[in-house]
Amino acid sequence: MNPDVLVAVFLTVITASTPLLLAALGELVTERAGVLNLGVEGMMLMGAVVGFAVTLTTGQWGLGVLAAALAGAGLALVFGVLTLTLVANQVATGLALTIFGIGVSSLIGAGFVGKPLPPLPRLAVPGLSDLPVVGRLLFGQDLLVYLSLVMTGVVAFVLNRTRIGLVLRAVGQSDVSAHAIGYPVIRIRYGAVLFGGVMSGLAGAYLSLAYTPLWVQEMTAGRGWIALAIVVFAAWRPGRALVGAYLFGGITILQLYAQGAGWLPVPSQIFSMLPYLATILVLVIISAGPWRRRLDAPACLGKPFRPAA
Amino acid sequence: MDLGESAPAPRLSLRGIVKRFPGVVANDAVSLDVRQGEIHGLIGENGAGKSTLVKIIDGVLQPDEGEILWQGRPVTIPDPRAARRLGIGMVFQHFSLFEAMSVVENVALGLDDPPPRNRLAAEIRDVAADYGLPLDPARDVHTLSVGERQRIEIVRALLQKPRLLIMDEPTSVLTPQEVERLFATLRRLAGEGCSILYISHKLQEITALCERATILRGGKVVAACDPRRETAGSMAQMMIGAELRTVARRSGAVVGAPRLVVEGLDLPASDPHGVALKGIGFEVRAGEIVGIAGVAGNGQGELEQALAGERPAARPEAIRIDGRPAGRLGPDERRAAGLCCVPEERNGHGAVPGFTLVENGILSAHHRRGLVGGGLIRLRKARAFAAEIVSAFDVRTPGVDAAASSLSGGNLQKFVVGREILQGPGVLVVSQPTWGVDAGAAAAIHAALIRLAGEGAAILVISQDLDELLMLSDRLAVINGGVLSPPRPTDAMSVEEIGLLMGGVHGVDPAPAEAAHGV
Repeated sequence: MNPDVLVAVFLTVITASTPLLLAALGELVTERAGVLNLGVEGMMLMGAVVGFAVTLTTGQWGLGVLAAALAGAGLALVFGVLTLTLVANQVATGLALTIFGIGVSSLIGAGFVGKPLPPLPRLAVPGLSDLPVVGRLLFGQDLLVYLSLVMTGVVAFVLNRTRIGLVLRAVGQSDVSAHAIGYPVIRIRYGAVLFGGVMSGLAGAYLSLAYTPLWVQEMTAGRGWIALAIVVFAAWRPGRALVGAYLFGGITILQLYAQGAGWLPVPSQIFSMLPYLATILVLVIISAGPWRRRLDAPACLGKPFRPAA
Repeated sequence: MDLGESAPAPRLSLRGIVKRFPGVVANDAVSLDVRQGEIHGLIGENGAGKSTLVKIIDGVLQPDEGEILWQGRPVTIPDPRAARRLGIGMVFQHFSLFEAMSVVENVALGLDDPPPRNRLAAEIRDVAADYGLPLDPARDVHTLSVGERQRIEIVRALLQKPRLLIMDEPTSVLTPQEVERLFATLRRLAGEGCSILYISHKLQEITALCERATILRGGKVVAACDPRRETAGSMAQMMIGAELRTVARRSGAVVGAPRLVVEGLDLPASDPHGVALKGIGFEVRAGEIVGIAGVAGNGQGELEQALAGERPAARPEAIRIDGRPAGRLGPDERRAAGLCCVPEERNGHGAVPGFTLVENGILSAHHRRGLVGGGLIRLRKARAFAAEIVSAFDVRTPGVDAAASSLSGGNLQKFVVGREILQGPGVLVVSQPTWGVDAGAAAAIHAALIRLAGEGAAILVISQDLDELLMLSDRLAVINGGVLSPPRPTDAMSVEEIGLLMGGVHGVDPAPAEAAHGV
């Protein structure tokens, strides 16, 4: 195959994978602290619409990205108050959050449907960015792509090498023990939930500002759920989340190319199902198979914590 | 307070501590002094308020009234960090280790300002070697034995150079040899000037270890004494507040034909932290009580599940009830065949917490007591059955329509045990029959088991309470790492021998232990 085509394919894989990686990293940290937030899809939508609206009205993409992060965090805060302070059921609250996010984002976005926006500016290093093949891949991406990769390393380092990461993992392992030793379980979980919200908001902003610089209702199209599956696939490890995000991003692009090229006499809907089928398959294999990855799940995942008076 | 001439102030003084929870006063004007370098016992039954008091000292709970003095100065302890800063170290009974993390990570979590990982690992090795508590800092906690896990807690506390060390029921999961080793460590610490508050309801340990003791009952201090001048019996009387009812040791049981026969029972571990059963074999005959001892987590839970039918065996012949192969039968079919079971965990396993006593009765006894007919519940019969249990086993409850979760642990246990016994089983498997149950209820349960055996049932008791097993069982076996030792007559076994079996062939020094357990 022509190298230019390969580069083009890989560039699209990066754009498809980046939002998955951002959202998965956020949810990974949230779940490591023992909180299961199924509202990723809703938080991504909020990020997408707010990021788009702010960028369009102010003309400043930096403000748009910031606003998207705050919007995600805002919805995460609602989740935190409900599940951590008021000890509501996390699964039900997370599902409600997604539905809420779909509704509110449609409402906010009603006036923005179909308006065009220039895509996020890409890095341009004189000389380097013009190199054949590697130039565009390595030195021609936008800010959020680099951020997603840097954050993978940062999250891995913080979780495994720093005290705050140790405490966060401890809270997810055994909230009762962490409380008994004297760590503020609820406060740490709030922090993790908010981080998840910020990352989901950024993932949404990437969709509406870079992937397809447009606002369309429910434009996340289930990517929040795929991000949740990636966290399990990754066995709650940031490095594997990177692999998982690019694997799923790759499948998404593969099915687009397969449809376009008409490789197989199969209806296009079947191809569109591929990423979702892969999600289900991965979840089944991991939870039933001899991998026994379940072992790595934070022991307190999804369990409410109510400290003694 | 004593107007001490030159006597140093006590390390810790509690003055009139009151802590109320909705419906109960957990601590009612509790006062006590722990002097410098003394081992002070805190004794009381379950629910006497020991744990609440300890949590107040450790800063987990705040007292409603009263004053805490540290070396003579009034202090408030808002959280466990503040307690650590004062020099209070805590070794919990459970709940304070993180299974999927390494020893060094666990220790780091308990320190306020831990040194880098490598240096901390070296310090752990030093302290561990110094006090004779071998511990590998790199191991993951879930791979360690219970005794080793406790060492993590002790080492973690020692690294903070505590001036008061609180031990909450530290020996409930240890073998007699491990208990001896722990006591040696504690005596040495006290000799170095560290005060120790030792919480237990095992009176022999208090007599062996403590210079002074405070006895709690119903949240109040009922006595302070010198355990070396008391007998276990006199302290028990203060603790329980009535003459201790003891059940006479059974002897001369009339033993009939085998009713439960287990042969070559294998069961793979259900999860990576579990234990696999390997070639379990024993029989229990009519009129006999067989006990199974062992340190927690050596396959007791798995054995109970295999016998109850929650996890079927590979071969039908592995388990025979009255001669009938039952290895592949489920719990309901086994109950129909005559084997009833009281699981270890009463709330959530033995009983559905949100169901009423009537409903919980139906769930287990519907077949043997005919509580269901034609797909319909025979409510009147079911209510009569629940009422029968309540009156026969003295279950304190407002009525048979009370939810199981509203009963106290001891009362719910009496209900669950009673429910199985009143089904007239040919074989009864009981796990931890009196765990967390007060002495009165324990005596009632023991008496009921002995009565049932006298009526010709075969009874298997799985317990961690050695005293209970020594009193109840005609024959005794020990489970270790999923392997069961051959049952032998209880009279022929010494506590030392049982302790060595509990520790397995490796991992325990066959120390010349004057075991803490009196026989």
